[in-house]
Formats: sequence, C-alpha cells, structure tokens
Amino acid sequence: MKKTITHNRTLYQQAIKESFFKLAPSKMARNPVMFVVEVGSVSTTLLWFQALMSQGDAPAGFIGAIALWLWFTALFANFSEALAEGRGKAQAESLRQMKQQAPAKKLKRAWRKEGSKPTENDWTQVSSTDLRKGDFYLVEEGDTIPADGEIVEGIASVDESAVTGESAPVIREAGGDRSAITGGTRVLSDWLIAEVTSNPGDGFLDRMIHMVEGAKRQKTPNEIALNILLAGFTIIFLTVCATLLPFSIFSANASQQGEPIALTSLMALLICLIPTTIGGLLSAIGIAGMDRLIRRNVIATSGRAVEAAGDVDTLLLDKTGTITLGNRQAVEFIPVNGTPIEELARCAMLASLADETPEGKSIIALAKEEYGIQESLLSAEESNPMEFIPFTAQTRMSGVNLLGHIIRKGAPDTMIAHIQSQGGTASDFLKEVIDKIARSGGTPLVVAKNGQTLGAIHLKDVVKGGMRERFAQLRRMGIKTVMITGDNPLTAAAIAAEAGVDDFLAQATPETKLKLIREYQQGGRLVAMTGDGTNDAPALAQADVAVAMNSGTQPAREAANMVDLDSNPTKLIEIVEIGKQLLMTRGSLTTFSIANDAAKYFAIIPAAFAPIYPQLGSLNFMGLTNPILSAVIFNALIIVVLIPLALRGVPYRPLSAAELLRNNLLIYGLGGLIVPFIGIKGIDLVLSLF
Amino acid sequence: MTIVSWIQIGLYMVALVAFTKPLGMFMARVYQGERTWLHPLLSPLEQFLYRMANIKAEDEMDWKTYAKAALVLNLFGLLMVYALQRLQFMLPFNPAHMLAVPADSAFNTAVSFASNTNWQGYGGETTMSYLTQMFGLGVQNFLSAATGMAVLAAFIRGFAREQSQSLGNFWADLTRTVLYILLPLSLTLSLALVSQGVVQSLQPAQTASLMQPVTDEDGSKIGHQTLPLGPAASQIAIKQLGTNGGGFFNTNSSHPFENPTPLSNFLQMLAILLIPSALCYTFGSMVKDTRQGWAIWLSMTLIFVGALSLTLWAEQQGNPVLSGMGADQQAGLWQSGGNMEGKETRFGIANSALWATATTAASNGSVNSMHDSYTPLGGLGPLWLIQLGEIVFGGVGSGLYGMLVFAIIAVFIAGLMVGRAPEYLGKKIEVFEIKMASLVALIPVLTILGGTAAALLLYAGIRSIQDPGPHGISEVLYAFSSAGNNNGSAFAGLNANTPFYNVTLGLAMLAGRYWIILPVLAIAGSLAAKKRSPVSLGTLPTHTPLFIGWLVGVVVMVGALSFFPALALGPIVEHLMLK
Repeated sequence: MKKTITHNRTLYQQAIKESFFKLAPSKMARNPVMFVVEVGSVSTTLLWFQALMSQGDAPAGFIGAIALWLWFTALFANFSEALAEGRGKAQAESLRQMKQQAPAKKLKRAWRKEGSKPTENDWTQVSSTDLRKGDFYLVEEGDTIPADGEIVEGIASVDESAVTGESAPVIREAGGDRSAITGGTRVLSDWLIAEVTSNPGDGFLDRMIHMVEGAKRQKTPNEIALNILLAGFTIIFLTVCATLLPFSIFSANASQQGEPIALTSLMALLICLIPTTIGGLLSAIGIAGMDRLIRRNVIATSGRAVEAAGDVDTLLLDKTGTITLGNRQAVEFIPVNGTPIEELARCAMLASLADETPEGKSIIALAKEEYGIQESLLSAEESNPMEFIPFTAQTRMSGVNLLGHIIRKGAPDTMIAHIQSQGGTASDFLKEVIDKIARSGGTPLVVAKNGQTLGAIHLKDVVKGGMRERFAQLRRMGIKTVMITGDNPLTAAAIAAEAGVDDFLAQATPETKLKLIREYQQGGRLVAMTGDGTNDAPALAQADVAVAMNSGTQPAREAANMVDLDSNPTKLIEIVEIGKQLLMTRGSLTTFSIANDAAKYFAIIPAAFAPIYPQLGSLNFMGLTNPILSAVIFNALIIVVLIPLALRGVPYRPLSAAELLRNNLLIYGLGGLIVPFIGIKGIDLVLSLF
Repeated sequence: MTIVSWIQIGLYMVALVAFTKPLGMFMARVYQGERTWLHPLLSPLEQFLYRMANIKAEDEMDWKTYAKAALVLNLFGLLMVYALQRLQFMLPFNPAHMLAVPADSAFNTAVSFASNTNWQGYGGETTMSYLTQMFGLGVQNFLSAATGMAVLAAFIRGFAREQSQSLGNFWADLTRTVLYILLPLSLTLSLALVSQGVVQSLQPAQTASLMQPVTDEDGSKIGHQTLPLGPAASQIAIKQLGTNGGGFFNTNSSHPFENPTPLSNFLQMLAILLIPSALCYTFGSMVKDTRQGWAIWLSMTLIFVGALSLTLWAEQQGNPVLSGMGADQQAGLWQSGGNMEGKETRFGIANSALWATATTAASNGSVNSMHDSYTPLGGLGPLWLIQLGEIVFGGVGSGLYGMLVFAIIAVFIAGLMVGRAPEYLGKKIEVFEIKMASLVALIPVLTILGGTAAALLLYAGIRSIQDPGPHGISEVLYAFSSAGNNNGSAFAGLNANTPFYNVTLGLAMLAGRYWIILPVLAIAGSLAAKKRSPVSLGTLPTHTPLFIGWLVGVVVMVGALSFFPALALGPIVEHLMLK
C-alpha cells in the first residue's frame, strides 16, 4: 500500500513536470482547441505586460488574473494527458528492464534439423541484437529467450511471467497451437530450437512497450472525426469573437457611451466558448482506454481496434473454454440390464480412482454426491490390492482389476468391442441410451464388469455459470453471439440452446469460419473473434476485432489485432465493453463541454457590454461580481475535476442504445447546462471574499 | 394571443399536415422513376425533352458529375439573368421602356435568383421589364427551386443506396421536378390566386382617375393613380411554392394585387411550407422508413411553433412605449390590438406573424408585413429562424438537406454517447462526413458574421443604415443572414441597393448556396458507397421522441451559441431598452 502511495506521488510529480514540457507549440499544435488556448494565454500575457508598462485596456490585475487562469487551462489539459501517459510508462519501464540484451546461441548455417539436440559446435555465441528474421537459435535450461520465435524443434517449460504476470510455467513445443515464444521470457527446463520471427526492435515486447507508452499512438478514425468537429466549433467561436469587436465598436459609437469590448474579455470569452473541456481531455481519454485494456492484460496493436471493439455487433465465440468449461463432467449414471444404480455408481467410481483427468474426477464426485457412495464403503475392498489399468491410446479404456473382477470404462465403441470379446452382448437398450446421450449434446461412457454391461455414464459439456445472463446482456446491447464448435450439429444445437447464444456454427473448419465472417461482414456487421491456432489465422485476419491468445501460435498473434496475455477467451466481452466505454466518454464529455457554453454567455456577455449598454445587466441574473474571471476559472477547473472521469471512463451498463442515450443526455447534457451556473456562481462567491 | 389567432394557426397546421403525406408520396414516386397519375399526360413531353437535349435519363452520375451538372446549369442561369437585365432596354416585352439595370444590381439580382435566395435590392415594377420578369426571374424561380430539390433527391439516394457510386441523373431529376411537381402545383395555385383577384396580364400599367383627388405635401393636386399590372399570378405561385419569395411588386405580398384576400393569403402561406414539409415524407418514403421522415418533420415543427409563439406573443403585446403613453393595445371586439405598425389590417397580427415565421423558417423571403416594424422580440423570431441556417423546413430541397446534415452531427455525438461508432440510417458517419458536415454548419456563420462585421466597420456599410444603435445592427445582421442563408426576405430600413451591399450580399448568397451544395453532394457520394449496417438494439434509434428532442437541442444550441452575442447587441438589447 505504501509503495503505491509513493509510486503515485512520483507519477503526479512526473505528470506536473510533463505538463510544462507539453506547452511547446509544436506539441500543442496537434490539438487545435488547446492550441487556441495557448495563443490566447500568450496574447493575454502580452496584454498584461502592456497594462503594466503603460495604459492597458483593462486593470492590470484583472488581465493578469485572466492570463494566469488561461495558462492553467492549458496546463490542466496537458496534465491530464501526462497523467494518462505516466500510468502506461511505469508499465513500459518494467517491460523494458527485461529487454536487456541477452546472449543468444545462433545456429550455424550448416546446422540441419535432425531431431537431436545441437552440440556446442553447431552454434556461435552472439548478442540478441544480432539476430535477424529467419535465423535459428537454441535456448537451453536457464537461458533467456533472445528474440520472438517459432519453435521448430523441442519441448520446454517456459516462464512467461514477465509478459503475462502469470507465475505458473507454460509448456511450449514445436507444431500445434503453442509453438510461439516471446523474447525476454525464460526457459525453465529442457531445450528448444526456434526460428526468429522479428528483427530487433520489432518484436512483440517492443511493440508492447510502444503501445503502453503511447509513443506510437496514432489518432484513431473516430478521434480524428471528433477532432474535426471540435475544430469546426472552434472556428465558429473564433468567428463569433472576432466579429464581436466590430459589433462593439459600432455599438459604442452608436450609443455614445462606453468603450468597445476589451481584448482581454474577448480572449476570455473565446477560451470559455471553445470546447476546452473535451479538447483538453480527448487524448487522455484515448490513452486511458488503451490503459484499461492493458490492465486487463490485453495488448492491442492499434487504437483503431479498441474503437472497433466498441462497435462490434457479432461475437464469434469458441465453445470450448469460452462457453463451456472445456472439460466434460459426469452428470448421470444410467444402469442397464437391471443393474442397481448403486452398483453402477460404485463400479464407475472404482474404475475412475486412478483417473486424473477432469472427467474421471467428476465421475467420482458424482458418485459421492448424488449416490452417496462413501469411500468407507470401498475401504473393505480397498485393503485388497488394486491393479489400475490406465488409459492408453491403444486400449482406449481405463479401469481396475480388483479381487479378480475386471472393471472397465470407456468410449461406447471400444467398450462394446471389449464386452463382445469377453463373451457379453450389448443390448439394444444400451445402444438407445448411448444414442440419447449423444443427441442431447453429451458424451456417453460405458461401464462394464467382467464383460457384463452395467450401464452408461452421461458426460456433459458444462456451460460456465453466468454465461446465459451474459449473453442476454449482450443481446440487449444489440450484440449477436455465435458459438463456434467442432461438434456435430446435434450436439452443438443442444449446447447453444443451453448457453443461450443466438446462433452456432457446427463442425467448424478454418474455411467455414472464414466464410461465416465474410457473410456477416457482407451484411454490414462488424465481427469479433478469438483464436489461437495457426489455422485460425485467416479468420483472425478477416475479423474486424481479432483477439489472439498469448498461448497461441505466432501466425495467430500476427494476424490478430489484440493479444490476450491471460489467454482467456471470455475476455472478448470485456474488450467490447472497454471499446464502448471509450466512445461513450468522448461523446458524453463533448455534450457536457458544449452545454456549458450557455452559462458562460450569461456570465460574460452582460459584463463585457455593460459599459455600452447598461440595460444588458439584466441578463446577469446570477448576480455575479467577477463574472468574466469566474467563468474562466470554472472553465479551467472543470478540466481537473473531470480528469478522473476521463481516465476511468464513464460508467458502463449493458443497456440498449435508447436507454444509454437517455441516461447520458440527462447526466451530461442537462447536467452540462446546469452545473456551470452553480459552479460559476460558487467561484464568484469565493472571489468576492477577497 | 387571442383564441382566434390560435384557431387560424391550428387550421394552417392541419392543412399542412394533410398535404404532407400525399404530396410527399407523390414526389417519392417521381424521384424513384415510378409512374404517377400524371405520367400519361406528361411522360411524352418528358421523353420529348430528353430527346431534344440528348439526355439519357438512365445514365447515372457520381457525385462529382452530379455537382458539375448542377453548377453548370446555375452558372448558365446566372449569366442569362444578368444579360437580360443589362439588355432589357433593347429587347421586346418592355412596355414601360425600362432601362438597363446597373451592373452591381444586375449581378446581385442574377445571383439572387440563381441561388433561390430572391433577395431583391430593386423595386420590381420600376426596374424590370416583363421579359426580364418572365424569362429571367420567372424561369429561375423554377430552375433554382428544382436544383435544390434535385440535390436533395441525390442526397436521399446517398442514404437509400448501398455500395453504389452513382446518385442519379441531375438532368432527369431537374426535368421531373419541374414537369411533375412544380408546374402542376403552380398552375393550380395561380388559377386559385387569379380567382381571388391577383392580376395576370401583359398590359402596361393603367392609369385611373381618383374619385377623391388628394393633395400631397408640396400642395400639388393628385387626381390620377397608376395601377401596375403584369403576369403576376403565375409568378407568385412559383415564388411561394419554390421558396423563392421574390415579389412581382416591390411590396411583395402585402400589395393588394399580389395578395388581395384572406383566402389568397392562406393559400400563399400554405404554399410556402407545402413542398418543404412534404419532402420530409418523401425522404422517409425513399429510405423505406417513413418514421424517419416524420421525426425530421416533427423536429422542424417544434422549432417552428416555438419561434412562432415568440413572435405572435411579442407582436400581440404591442409596443411598450405606446402602452406607456396610454394607448390601448389590447385585442378587443373592435380592434386586433398589438403592434400593428407595418402590418396590413386585412391580415392582422396572427396572419402577419404566421407569414413572417413561415417565410423565414422556409427560405422563402416573401413578406406580407414589414419585419422592420416588428417589436424587437417579434423580429428576433424570424431573424433567428434564418440564422439557424434555413433548415426549419427551409428552402425546397435545401432545407431538408441542411437539416439532415445537422442530423448527421447530432447522430455523431449521440452515437458516441451510446458507445457505438455513429451511424445514421445504417450508414456509418466517419471522418469524411464530419468534415463536410462541419463545413455546412460553418460557412453560413462565417458569411453572416463576417459580412455584418465588415459592413459595420466600413463607411460604405454604415451609410445605408437607417436607424442607429441596436436596430441598425439588426438591419445589417438581417440582411447578411437573409443572403447568407438564401432566404431573401428583407428587414427593410437598410438601403441595400448600393454597390457595396449589392456585391457583398451577392457574394454571401453565392457562398451560402454553392459552398453548401458541394459538401452535401460529397456526403451523399460517400454515403452511397457504404454498406448498410443492420439495425439492432445497439443501434441508436433516430425516430424516437428522445432523438427528436436531441436534434432540436443541437440545432437550437448551435444557432444560439453562434449568434447570441450578435443578437444581444441587436434585438435583445433593443428590447431591454424599450422596457
């Protein structure tokens, strides 16, 4: 806890320092609204000097105060950006630490893949920075992986905690879906030979550092569009203020009293009117959105993808791991041939005692919980020597030999063959039961004792808790969920119905996935999907938002525009929410910013023109004594007040678009109209104390 | 605000709604190239015109070609009107022997009629020959209106089409607009107006003896009166229907020969908003969701009724200075009460206020009362309606495309607020659309405020101002608002027929029309090329009361923020000074 406080203090100190550096015109010019603020600050400061030296167009104290608060406006905006960047920088720093140069064992050209571990003669010691795409290297126990690579040979456990924060080592092996390794991670055991997939400075870790630092941050399309709209508003208000000078000169001449509007007041009015609140916070909102992703251990390769995530209206979700727990669970014992159910449960349990798979464990759990088979009941038998028969690819069944009884369980076809070889027969009823289980989306196992069928175990894909509600939520948000599975259509339909997804693709192949995505996109939909295998790569490349699992292959990670370091497929839903939150924060603060202007007019216009037309004083219904300064201070302070909201994002609730609009309009539209009246009045009251 | 006024306004709104759907449906059929009940009659003529002009109606144009065609036609029209004015003294149909119009005034008028503004710096019956009125101004009344409607048709197609490069054929849209919509409606309306006593004649002005000779200020006796004549009814019909507004006579529709009876007044007012209102339905029908059209219609109506209420209330209140002097300005059995300065007694407060609101809501600009004589707040309503950008009904075609551009901006911000990349009618609103929409919102503000500021700084501008102080600002601001948004109505009180105003207002009219048409067509081209996203619960609905309120809010807020300071120094302070 103490550490975070000091950490935060340095973060704030750094951000304050940064906000001054960011005043450089070359940096301010990237944001038209804030650039106008800086020009306004400079010119009022010059007016202040003029007032100090000789005659100013208003009291020097007033001009000085306005100038000061205009500078604050610019600084506060810079501070918000620096703070957002700072949070990412800290993370980038820790990433960079592990990106020190590492020695690499580069394999000589003469080396040929031959299945055995290369000897010392086969490689030369080089620096990791000397490795280029297409080179091969060897990593052994204790080595740091020098560069991103695709394993061509070997199997090893790798500590990827530096990238994922997950301390448990992971297995990486050639071929299959877990063949990518990341530079900077460490091999814990065994050895690997990998082909370099990225040049130095271009690797996954480098890109990650760039992303979290915001160094390579490019404005996203939607951000550009909003920037244009804000620039449009700024030009309108520039015109309004610039033409106000001739209007007031004419009016002063006509009414033969008062002076034309003071340039300081005009500057103050301009800065109050242009959308500084959203203009100042816009870049912080974007960076913070990216930061929220990173906190959830998702690295996006472009901000565009985050925005698109908010927009997605079709989610393709892999059944296994996302919708279901990924391992089948026993849910029912179905006895045949008049076997008592307890006997079936007992034998199923015995056959599974040595079975370490989740399926096996779930059989024991079911026997205990549903049928009350206590271990004590077994104890008598347990004292006798048990000979466990493990599952092998050849026999495709497992079981136990106990007191001369041969107890086996396994897939139906294997078991039927086993039963027949033992002289038993498979009844029609058994076949019917097996069929029924398969049709309902489950997997049947058959249990036999001494060649006699006892019954079947119903293994079921268990839908994760809360998924149904989650999909219903998504539906209310207008997002369609599609389950992708390799199962047959019958099974798929059953699970789809249970999970409550809108649609499913059964017997999915990489080709059918790609085709499905194209069809949805043709219909104008934006599609998001997750994937990890190399064969997912084409579909990932086609999808609008593609999240690759960090445990996936290099091609999958290349094709995707986001990588989930936790390799948790459910996260797609969170990513969508983050994207939506990002857009909502922008829209809400824009509305708030523009709505604020009404109050500022009522504060500034009467005050600015009162010398010419005292009658306008009746518009000053707030009864302000320092109207212009109060409005300018409010305008600056509101940026600071809203920084937490910009960094956190507006609260997101899964509601329909109509409900969201109503809520946000009430809060940010109506609130934006009312709040400044109260705020300006309050500041004025405080000022009048001095 | 008497009950009688509300009944008259209610009657007007009912009539307007009643015509909106049938006419809107009819126009949708015309623009979609479907057959209508007028086809047996007019189709041969249409085909004949295509053959004559070598037009292939099926040849579709992309947005650039479409824009080019529209601009070429308008440039040609502009030059034609200019030439007619300059050469009218040697051309036929000039019984009053009018001389050539001065160059600056001719330029102003040519731009004015080409751009559907119909601002008139000149007095019609004392400047233009019948030939200029009919072949110059009369023809432009049709063509400028048809240009606006054709551009709108192309704009709507941008929403209606999917992955298409083309927006239709400009020449076909133009021909169909004139042939199937404007001509039949004008013919009907002019006959109705003639029945009410509006003049329609090619005779020169007639001199009549006064039954009761009068003596003028110099003491000379006047026994004769000149009665102006001309082909007025036909021109008035299209002037109202095509939101042109240029009167045949200088005093426009307050002239008894141009607008003699309450019925002619009602018909002309109805004609002002008839097509702009019905086009909302056309829009809904063409995008296959009439709710969208009605939503836009309702947004317009809400702002319209709001501004109308303000003007009606302010005018019925009368002049506070007069009240202070003990004058009875209450409505009663024997008097209409209120501020009757500059109003015709045969129309009264309600019909004057309604006309003033309708003519400024639509970019019509015809008047039946003197807006300069309105109370400050009464004049604020019409002035502000113009400043909103002529999008509350607005000009035929141009009003709706202007409002739809605002809808795009409203959708953009609202879309962000619901966490979706914004889309309107299934079309994604992206960088290009926002760039163009910002231009559409920006250009009128730049022209109006920039023009007014220039006029107030220069002697040439100040010299023409009749009233000093806040009212003077109102006069200049009104003139540039009217020109910059192609309304054409005048506040009067400003002598605008000077080289300075003729040129600056002419430029304002050019910018306000063509710098809007180009970005609008560019948006249409970009939208047409896009795919349509299917509607889901995550889609922002754009036909609900909430969205209508939001759209009204955006329009009002942008209008208020842009013009509040200028209005504060004009009508608002004037109102406060009267108290």
